[in-house]
Amino acid sequence: MAQGVWAIAEQRDGELRKITYEIVSEGRRLADALGQELTAILLGSNIKDKAAELGHYGADKVLVADDPRLEAYTTDAYVAVISELTKANDPAVLLMGASVQGKDLSARLSAGLGVGMAQDCTAFAAEEGNLVATRPIYAGKAYAKVTFENSWPQMATARPKVMSISEPDASRSAEVIDAPVSLDDSALKTKVVELVKDKGGKVDLTEADKIVSGGRGMKGPEEYKILEDLADLIGASVGASRSAVDAGWRPHADQVGQTGKVVSPNLYIACGISGAIQHLAGMSTSKVIVAINKDEDAPIFQKSDYGVVGDLFDVVPALTEEIKKYL
Amino acid sequence: MNIIVCLKQVPDTESQIKIGSDEKSIVTDDIKWVMNPYDEFGVEEALRLKEKFGGEVTVVGLGPKRVTETIRTALAMGADKGVLISDDALEGSDSIATAKALAAAIKDLDCDLIFTGQRGIDDDTGIVGAGIAEFLGIPQLSLIVKVDVAEDGKSVTVTRPVEGQALVIESSLPALITAQKGLNEPRYASLPGIMKAKKKPLEEKTLADLGLDASEFGEGARKVKILAITPPPERAGGKIIEGETPQEKAAELAKLLHEEAKAV
Repeated sequence: MAQGVWAIAEQRDGELRKITYEIVSEGRRLADALGQELTAILLGSNIKDKAAELGHYGADKVLVADDPRLEAYTTDAYVAVISELTKANDPAVLLMGASVQGKDLSARLSAGLGVGMAQDCTAFAAEEGNLVATRPIYAGKAYAKVTFENSWPQMATARPKVMSISEPDASRSAEVIDAPVSLDDSALKTKVVELVKDKGGKVDLTEADKIVSGGRGMKGPEEYKILEDLADLIGASVGASRSAVDAGWRPHADQVGQTGKVVSPNLYIACGISGAIQHLAGMSTSKVIVAINKDEDAPIFQKSDYGVVGDLFDVVPALTEEIKKYL
Repeated sequence: MNIIVCLKQVPDTESQIKIGSDEKSIVTDDIKWVMNPYDEFGVEEALRLKEKFGGEVTVVGLGPKRVTETIRTALAMGADKGVLISDDALEGSDSIATAKALAAAIKDLDCDLIFTGQRGIDDDTGIVGAGIAEFLGIPQLSLIVKVDVAEDGKSVTVTRPVEGQALVIESSLPALITAQKGLNEPRYASLPGIMKAKKKPLEEKTLADLGLDASEFGEGARKVKILAITPPPERAGGKIIEGETPQEKAAELAKLLHEEAKAV
């Protein structure tokens, strides 16, 4: 019988990514609820020294697949290795992050293993020995609670920034185990030929702790300067509504909403965004929402924790100045 | 170069989602159905590649008869022919079963590239593209914003943004690409395009036509079981910041964000 919770770690350039701590922490909580062991799965090249840390976050064991061909993520190699490990060890639950990498990996893996998969979940629970996952659908206009039937391992990905990270406990240690890596080079059909870092080192919206977002009310691309000033001050990334992106004011990668990015920052400041349903769908899991809008009837105020009715061109620069007093 | 684009019909993004009385489904009566926005990028990219390399673009949809409209939309944009997989036994299928049926329909078509949207904006699952690639045994390239097919038509180079960076990836063909916003600006169907689309071939296939066993599809074969569909959690009513001037309001907001929300 399938046994154990597995959490797939994610690393880039040999460093564990934040989502890894979220998944391992959540995996620990779930393993406790199911009364099972937590095993973290770590793939990379010369990565073994990162395994101990996963123990501090709750992993009982860490399976390390170390191979130069696993240094950077590729679908072919990662799916091949994790699929083999899964077949050999028969875990009950397989968790990973709904990051760009995790979405790609989980989808292919679930098809290959022929098992069901719950994508981009915001909560997990254990009921009668099964994983029960809650996930937003229609970009958050509704939530589905799902479980699995005749499908092992039970697979799910967690939305970044939703699962809380446990306090690390340095006295906890994990058993580190070398995992076999057998890769057929002829089966690796894709290769990364270039890596282009984003300009300015801006944190991606899906990983941002704070977001300052501008919509149609910004009136033009130049006006985003006031949002960038506020964002720089508080360490936020700048987002945009669909109308601002479609008008060409901001790049596609900045769009928040049903046809853009779905975000869950601690703080979301919506400036000149009326709150079309498709925008609200993309940011409603934010922890604190602030709306600044001229129109007191704008739907965004129904979703916000703090609303300011006023001209954003007056309010935003004033807010930047006021926040400086607290920093 | 022959290209296949998979199409999903979804509720328009402006749709309000109403939950059915069984609390496990949504009410579809008043919904305006449209082509999944991410699939539009796939259709557009396929048409551009056809304009450059020649060949044919086939669009493949799955679902009830109404999906014909979405296929006709793609034909009106310029695709050459359509296939609709339609079978009562498909009702309620999960992503893996859907991918299996699409892969079975695609398997017999000669193709170099397959496009799907990066996800359907209804279930937000993003599994079908990878599933098709798995069942066909070809590479998947997901969340792609740029596609360059080599002059000899044997390989493709794509750009895939990941958090904070973009990867340029080279792959052999055939391959499956899932389209992300930013790939292109989809064209609108022209009036002559719409007229022509009515005469383009559109074939309908059942599971039996594809040599598939109906018991592997539909609600009963789901591996992911829906326990309940609920409205999103309500957010507690917001506080409107009072003040005579923008400065006063900004000062009060900054104070609340710092002291109450502890967000700055």
